[in-house]
Amino acid sequence: MAVNYSAKEEADGHPAGGAMPGGAGGAVKTRKPDNTAFKQQRLPAWQPILTAGTVLPAFFIIGLIFIPIGIGIFVTSNNIREYEIDYTGTEPSSPCNKCLNVSWDSTPPCTCTINFTLEHSFESNVFMYYGLSNFYQNHRRYVKSRDDSQLNGDNSSLLNPSKECEPYRTNEDKPIAPCGAIANSMFNDTLELYRIDNDTRTPITLIKKGIAWWTDKNVKFRNPTGDGNNLTALFQGTTKPVNWPKPVYMLDSEPDNNGFINEDFIVWMRTAALPTFRKLYRLIERKNNLQPTLQAGKYSLDIAYNYPVHSFDGRKRMILSTISWMGGKNPFLGIAYITVGSICFFLGVVLLIIHHKYGNRNTSADIPN
Amino acid sequence: MERCAARRAPEEERRVRANAREYNEKFQYASNCIKTSKYNIITFLPVNLFEQFQEVANTYFLFLLILQLIPQISSLSWFTTIVPLVLVLTITAVKDATDDYFRHKSDNQVNNRQSQVLISGVLRQEQWMNVRVGDIIKLENNQFVAADLLLLSSSEPHGLCYIETAELDGETNMKVRQAIPVTSELGDTSKLAGFDGEVICEPPNNKLDKFGGTLYWKENKYPLSNQNMLLRGCVLRNTEWCFGLVIFAGPDTKLMQNSGRTKFKRTSIDRLMNTLVLWIFGFLVCMGVILAIGNAIWEHEVGVCFQIYLPWDEGVHSAFFSGFLSFWSYIIILNTVVPISLYVSVEVIRLGHSYFINWDKKMYCAKRRTPAEARTTTLNEELGQVEYIFSDKTGTLTQNIMVFSKCSVNGHSYGDVQDMLGHKAELGERPEPVDFSFNPLADPRFQFWDPSLLEAIKLGDPHVHEFFRLLSLCHTVMSEEKSEGELYYKAQSPDEGALVTAARNFGFVFRSRTPKTITVHELGRAITYQLLAILDFNNIRKRMSVIVRSPEGKIRLYCKGADTILLERLHPVNQDLTNVTTDHLNEYAGEGLRTLVLAYKDLEESYYEEWSERLRRASSAPEAREDRLAQLYDEVEHDMMLLGATAIEDKLQQGVPETIAILTLANIKIWVLTGDKQETAVNIGYSCKMLTDDMTEVFVVTGHTVLEVREELRKAREKMMDASRSISNGFSYQEKLSSSKLTSVLEAIAGEYALVINGHSLAHALEADMEVEFLETACACKAVICCRVTPLQKAQVVELVKKYKKAVTLAIGDGANDVSMIKTAHIGVGISGQEGIQAVLASDYSFSQFKFLQRLLLVHGRWSYLRMCKFLCYFFYKNFAFTMVHFWFGFFCGFSAQTVYDQYFITLYNIVYTSLPVLAMGVFDQDVPEQRSMEYPKLYEPGQLNLLFNKREFFICIAQGIYTSVLMFFIPYGVFADATRDDGAQLADYQSFAVTVATSLVIVVSVQIGLDTGFWTAINHFFIWGSLATYFAILFAMHSDGLFQMFPNQFRFVGNAQNTLAQPTVWLTIALTTVVCIMPVVAFRFLKLDLKPELSDTVRYTQLVRKKQKTQHRCMRRAGRVGSRRSGYAFSHQEGFGELIMSGKNMRLSSLALSSFSARPSAGWIETLRKKKGSDSSTAGSPSSAASKTLKV
Repeated sequence: MAVNYSAKEEADGHPAGGAMPGGAGGAVKTRKPDNTAFKQQRLPAWQPILTAGTVLPAFFIIGLIFIPIGIGIFVTSNNIREYEIDYTGTEPSSPCNKCLNVSWDSTPPCTCTINFTLEHSFESNVFMYYGLSNFYQNHRRYVKSRDDSQLNGDNSSLLNPSKECEPYRTNEDKPIAPCGAIANSMFNDTLELYRIDNDTRTPITLIKKGIAWWTDKNVKFRNPTGDGNNLTALFQGTTKPVNWPKPVYMLDSEPDNNGFINEDFIVWMRTAALPTFRKLYRLIERKNNLQPTLQAGKYSLDIAYNYPVHSFDGRKRMILSTISWMGGKNPFLGIAYITVGSICFFLGVVLLIIHHKYGNRNTSADIPN
Repeated sequence: MERCAARRAPEEERRVRANAREYNEKFQYASNCIKTSKYNIITFLPVNLFEQFQEVANTYFLFLLILQLIPQISSLSWFTTIVPLVLVLTITAVKDATDDYFRHKSDNQVNNRQSQVLISGVLRQEQWMNVRVGDIIKLENNQFVAADLLLLSSSEPHGLCYIETAELDGETNMKVRQAIPVTSELGDTSKLAGFDGEVICEPPNNKLDKFGGTLYWKENKYPLSNQNMLLRGCVLRNTEWCFGLVIFAGPDTKLMQNSGRTKFKRTSIDRLMNTLVLWIFGFLVCMGVILAIGNAIWEHEVGVCFQIYLPWDEGVHSAFFSGFLSFWSYIIILNTVVPISLYVSVEVIRLGHSYFINWDKKMYCAKRRTPAEARTTTLNEELGQVEYIFSDKTGTLTQNIMVFSKCSVNGHSYGDVQDMLGHKAELGERPEPVDFSFNPLADPRFQFWDPSLLEAIKLGDPHVHEFFRLLSLCHTVMSEEKSEGELYYKAQSPDEGALVTAARNFGFVFRSRTPKTITVHELGRAITYQLLAILDFNNIRKRMSVIVRSPEGKIRLYCKGADTILLERLHPVNQDLTNVTTDHLNEYAGEGLRTLVLAYKDLEESYYEEWSERLRRASSAPEAREDRLAQLYDEVEHDMMLLGATAIEDKLQQGVPETIAILTLANIKIWVLTGDKQETAVNIGYSCKMLTDDMTEVFVVTGHTVLEVREELRKAREKMMDASRSISNGFSYQEKLSSSKLTSVLEAIAGEYALVINGHSLAHALEADMEVEFLETACACKAVICCRVTPLQKAQVVELVKKYKKAVTLAIGDGANDVSMIKTAHIGVGISGQEGIQAVLASDYSFSQFKFLQRLLLVHGRWSYLRMCKFLCYFFYKNFAFTMVHFWFGFFCGFSAQTVYDQYFITLYNIVYTSLPVLAMGVFDQDVPEQRSMEYPKLYEPGQLNLLFNKREFFICIAQGIYTSVLMFFIPYGVFADATRDDGAQLADYQSFAVTVATSLVIVVSVQIGLDTGFWTAINHFFIWGSLATYFAILFAMHSDGLFQMFPNQFRFVGNAQNTLAQPTVWLTIALTTVVCIMPVVAFRFLKLDLKPELSDTVRYTQLVRKKQKTQHRCMRRAGRVGSRRSGYAFSHQEGFGELIMSGKNMRLSSLALSSFSARPSAGWIETLRKKKGSDSSTAGSPSSAASKTLKV
């Protein structure tokens, strides 16, 4: 109940109690406000205003900074070599067409080979990516369907995964390791690259380590701990994800790339922001300084086609790319910078003209009152 | 603390028996304990929470919270809503608890006051809260009345006692209460202890001036009325003690019954904000629906096939149902368009502004030691939008202090300030005031500047002597002499007090009166006049007279009154003198002084005998008494001899004309609503420059009938329109204008007009069929003065303007009669002045001088409005920019209600990352310094026109927010679509994307607040840079290894910050986004400044340019007053006091004891007088007699 009667005021006699000097109560406390800059709103302050002297140079400077940066990025991006093959196999002519309707556990895997020719040689280190399209790794139900605690090697989570993993939490009453839809849908095509030199197929060394973030590999993902290093024992009591042909401790032969810390797995688990994405698959290191990493010429890509995408109109690609200081090929950024820089500059010019022709400031001396 | 009884059923009638607690207890009347507090320690939490959840916003967020607990819907963690909600609830609860704590404290203070209660025949000290209905309590002088009492007896004769009701109704004059005769004899405790009367009376109500009941005692019935009651809140004055029977206690007292619920005032921005929030809800639902449909389509087209990797949730079997769920999910995600922190932030800002008002040194009145006070903290920004001010006059514009400033005696005008050579001196070179030290009885506070008047007295000018003799005799003032020479006058009206005080200082000291005599010290000589009759003042007569017999036996009538009336009643021989005096009168009136004309008439003994006989018969006549008396008065007050005229200055409050001038320049219309007479009001209108002689015309509406009023209003409008027509020649004027057309015509009127309307005309003008007409006429005038208005009419006028003008109104007043108007207006301002506290209690703002109003409006109001508008614009902008990103992302994530950001970012964005900079702007921002807003009152206009925040501005903010959100999403999208990191790994992972968008958002909104902030104090710097730093600090902390190790499932973004923010591409993206978001805003603002600058921009710019130049000082032009022929008659007097004096009822014996403090007040007054004379002669050589001796020489 809001009452406008205040007992205090009745008690004080007058709300403006000072009316009676030395009145009842003898409140000596002065009611005079303090004379501080804060209370009197006189704090020293910087009062910037947009004047022609500040705005116009700002536009020109932004323009002059952005255009060269844009050109730089654009040139850098154009110097990057990139080659892309779509091996989904939807076209009947594609060698992979036969594998279009594979299922997860088809044994032996359907294989296909795609031959291609590189027109230009790839000079520096080459990165091999697989790309998926129309694959919603950013779907809410997909994104949350994991148990980071389990992936971090927490033993209790290993045997009792988070509810978020449903419906890939347990299989036949056994906890799934790694649980969840992300892990379950892990990309499992195998790609191999051969250089064809006069009908001889020379395999190109594909390095599978160093493709994941350091923090992911060393902090975020850990195998369960226990007696000994035998992963099979450590994963005892769990079962493999439904779609996987093999359990997680058989992803790789090397112990430091097996289990949860398998880098292919880690890369897959770092979900993509957009439904079309590429993920790093392998590295091709430059052998020596005399030869380019990949010479121009004929190559063939051998695919063990396990990963079905046709049912949801997905596409699969293999991309070979070199990188620069700013990453891979990225024409958007360069063009955007050049455009924005030009617009800024142009705007600066327009504003300058407008200011000179119509600028109102000079007549500001007489302020209407 | 639960001492105060709970509520009972309403009673039909009240029975109270004195001295019978057991008997009274069975009725369970409320005790005298008051409780204004709402909670105690146990009830606080549940009651407060219950109250808080009655707020729609809080309930809404609770609802969201519940939604989030449903796993299929939950798109956000529960804490993203609960953290802000708890924060908001806690802040409010703490504030409520503090308020209530102070209420408890003040309740305790009042409840524990001491009071003397008669319990079983003995007076005992009891706390107020222990006083029960039916108790008899004793009050002493200057004590507060503890409860509503029936006055039983008092120290004064006839059981009279005096009370001051300032707390109750704001009137400062004393009121008389009288006990009924049977109880007035119960003077001591033993008699009172035996008193067992029973009172049967009306149930508790809030009517302050009404009481009906009956006392049953000793088998007799005695009717009781309000005259017998002492109400709680009054103060006993001039009465040594009195006894009263408690009738109503505590919450049943009239004081408490009157303190009803405060009507909650909302500002127009509040209302707009609520509308906008509703619109946003609508928008939110629309977006939810769009995205839900998108979801249903996506699940139907894509999701179904994608089930090999992502099966539908359990229980979801159709795309339609999935869409339905996703609708709620999106409502959760997108709810941040209406952030929970909006309302709290607005309150915080308003609180800050209120503190600035309280702290303002320039609104502190040193004399009264009162700072300004914002009693309501929720209306500040409305102070920047006021268009109409309704002002009370007395005590608000004027000080209600009357000063005798000039007089005209026998054709000679005194009172002009003169320099050495006898010329009229200019203002500012005042000589020393006249020295009254010859007169020991002089009032030291009285000042007069013209020594020639005193010389005339010393020279023995008979006219001057007679003039002051009249002033000392013809009045109804009561005197009180506490010790020798220390005279106090109790005048019913301040004018009269001023006149009698003037006479006192000039040596004609009114010393005391009895029902039949008046004792005056004339130049040291005590002379007692026999008072034969008082021909009392009333509104029709506009004059009062006394008939006295001098010690020599001559009978003389002294009369003072309005010039218009009196000049007609003079003897024809006065013609020449009249002409001179009239000139003087006009001169005085032109200076805004209140004038009275004085005259006398000698009466023949025989004529008087005959006349008084007729008077006696007339006054005892059973019918038409008034008329017959008036006729008799009229007869005797004729053929009088003119003595002269007085001019009283109704002192304006300091700085009133300047304030009004500035406020008028700021396009604020000022209406004066006063209970005073028309002449007085018009006079004040002139003296405070509301009315000027430059005005084209001042319309006066005084019609008594509906038709007259309508006619007068019509004429006024026609005149105004004629004038504007003659200016615009070719204007084709249609005879029959519709009322809407009329307004537009009237608004374009050239020339300045003013309207003066009388109370009875106003009553007609406010009737339903004429109110629009009246309003249009009045609004076309520059100044409006309503006089003789009742408190209710004041409120009606305010209501009328509120209803039709859609303008913000402010009412300012100081008395109880202004309360209704103060409560009705959008903003009520109380002057904490002399007239009690009722107005202040009802007001939203209070200070002690009218002139502070300009600072309140032009500085505080303007800033508050500006700050609030900027705050709201930015607030909506930042939330739209933040939230709408989710909408765009929806199209790329299968409408799955996946958030773009990390959940912690969503939780903290509004309460940590972006709250303080905008709060700092909302509290501290200034566009132009305070001196400038006084210098250029036009700066106030944007507020009145509602330019800074309206629906248009809102849409601009929203558009800007949406624009920002588009870029915020699509620029990173464009970059990330194909990009890889500089180590070849994928860049476009969800977490990196989230960090990039979040970082650029925080940077963009920080740059934007930097652009919006016009006044960068250290605090702003600290908050803006601090917020950015905090963002990065929290970001890195949240993404640190340590937190992840502890809660792997909560902090999934481990390592993300350092990995992402190390990428040059990410920074290039952020820079690009920032520039693209900000650049158009800068360009747009620059263009606006350059091509169409607002006045404030120009002022700011000029200030920048002229920083080194000395600021030119703009002085208000002081126009010399040109005298106009107006009568300045004024006399704020009420009828009936003369009769009271003649009857002797209100004579206090003690006041008759002139200087001797007789221990026996029962001593007759003649005896006292005799004593006095003896003592006077015995103290020869005292300054007074010495002075009188020198004067006689």
